[in-house]
Amino acid sequence: MGKTITEKIFKAHLVDKPFGDVSVLRLDRVFCHEITTPTAIQDLAARGKDRVFDPDKIKAVIDHVSPAKDSKTAMQGKILRQWAQRHKIKDFFDIGNNGVCHAIFPEKGFVRPGLTIIMGDSHTCTHGAFGAFAAGVGTTDLEVGILKGVCTFKKPETYRIEIKGTLSQGVYAKDIILEVIRQISVDGATNMIIEFAGNVVDEMNMDQRMTISNMAVEAGATSGICQPDMTTVKYLWPFIKDEFKSPEAALEEYSRFSSDADAVYAKKTTIDVSLLEPLTTFGYKPDNVRPVSRMKGTRVDQVYIGSCTNGRIEDLRIAAEVIKGKKIKDSVRGIVSPATPWIFSQALEEGLIKIFMDAGFCVTNPTCGACLGMSNGVLARGEVAAATTNRNFNGRMGKGGMVHLMSPATAAATAIQGEITNSSLFVNQEKHHERI
Amino acid sequence: MKEFKGKVLCLDRSDINTDEIIPAKYLTEIEKIAMKPHLLEDLTLDSFSPEKDLKDIGVILTRENFGCGSSREHAPWALEVNGIYVVIAQSFARIFRQNMYNCGMLAIDLPREKIDSVFEFCRQGETIVSVDIETSKIQVESRGRSLELLFTISEFDKALVRSGGWVEYADKNY
Ligand code: SF4
Repeated sequence: MGKTITEKIFKAHLVDKPFGDVSVLRLDRVFCHEITTPTAIQDLAARGKDRVFDPDKIKAVIDHVSPAKDSKTAMQGKILRQWAQRHKIKDFFDIGNNGVCHAIFPEKGFVRPGLTIIMGDSHTCTHGAFGAFAAGVGTTDLEVGILKGVCTFKKPETYRIEIKGTLSQGVYAKDIILEVIRQISVDGATNMIIEFAGNVVDEMNMDQRMTISNMAVEAGATSGICQPDMTTVKYLWPFIKDEFKSPEAALEEYSRFSSDADAVYAKKTTIDVSLLEPLTTFGYKPDNVRPVSRMKGTRVDQVYIGSCTNGRIEDLRIAAEVIKGKKIKDSVRGIVSPATPWIFSQALEEGLIKIFMDAGFCVTNPTCGACLGMSNGVLARGEVAAATTNRNFNGRMGKGGMVHLMSPATAAATAIQGEITNSSLFVNQEKHHERI
Repeated sequence: MKEFKGKVLCLDRSDINTDEIIPAKYLTEIEKIAMKPHLLEDLTLDSFSPEKDLKDIGVILTRENFGCGSSREHAPWALEVNGIYVVIAQSFARIFRQNMYNCGMLAIDLPREKIDSVFEFCRQGETIVSVDIETSKIQVESRGRSLELLFTISEFDKALVRSGGWVEYADKNY
């Protein structure tokens, strides 16, 4: 009987099977940020266990509220900073070098196929794009991860979602994942790992795979995962070139962690995206999804382009292409937040920042900020945002505010119109009719 | 290991979510103890007053799907810092249940009739519940009457509780 990629990763990391279907796995990475880690640090200290299992396998960043907005967030940063110093955690990214965790850690080459990764953050599933098993955990699991480098998981059941067809121009990875969530619902993959497969995923670059893996948790999944292939190897090559004599050799090694053709899945589905049009959300749940064409005319107060879902360089390029030479509507506050310093400076170099600024956008430093409604663009009661983020829960970007999730292209077009609208990049509108 | 015995607080409602157990605005607290005064602050339940009703409580008795909503561990912590180490319910949200055992505390589910019978006891007056994980027995006492109920607990959960939670268990075993 064949095995899935996740089963293979579990097998390679198994430390103990204490009872029933509980597996204790050895961790290759424990990622930390300043919102959830300080509690873990303080609790470990209170137990007299202020230790770390391996400072080289722990990576930490101050990203959620940066720069600190008040004494409380300043203290969270301080606790993380001092802890990183105390334990000689050298991969610690503080102001000036910091970016959104799920963008900066892959960018630094910390995520590799076959690794096990945890973090006290629900969008840790992003890293599955590299063929790693990456899961968000609570504080106690994070504490144990930091202290002992292990974590328990239930037997991994996998939901294989094959995405096939030919994507229309102007339709993106974000639209695909919104369609997946619409079809399977917010708890469609609860307690499962979503394995993304099919020709559309194979043809995606790493940024796009991160966008779809990022939102696996919005369908209830423990994690999302994509098979490692030459695209993965090429992205990682600068970091692994001393380990392997050729990209082919690296791929051969990483292919140990590929699902077998006869692997057993808990569930399987195929989604053809050939007729997919740009999508957006309309309610407070990520599966409240509709074509943008049916939301036309919905006025927005703020447009936010950023986050771990869609704040990467490709996202900024697409948004800038839509914005170029245009102005955003007077009634709209436009915010662009490049997810990492590298993305920021790359966008500067490519002239994208100028395009955004000329159009009337405010460009912020890399941070989560408005995505979780903590800083840098919190909504007032009754306000509406168009955002490239991943959560539209009630109050997510500010109490009493509404969030419509969408791709960077749609968000950019919406900023210009002042209401939700398709971008000019979406050309084949005639062939699409209301399917949803 | 904690002591699993105390006065019962009855919350006769289903679907009490983590926001009701501890409101999201306290998530920025770094120390567990800071949550102490805010337990069940936003609970929607007639005639419930957190100031009055939480005094000296050691056990919560409730209905279905307790602890649903966000997966925050602040919910069990808010209970823990208030000395409430046991929740008995008809059912629990999965993550909340696991979080309780991870903290070395008990989330015990019982069938409806048994839950009803404990509620019945509570209606008579102050009720004390004690739980023995070794014998899987719950002892309910109120005004000289008593009742014994059996419950199930997995070996792993038992081991977590005996160690005082997952941190202590993992530190000892791995
Ligand atoms: S960008 Fe938003 S979703 Fe991503 S890690 Fe930050 S707060 Fe979470």
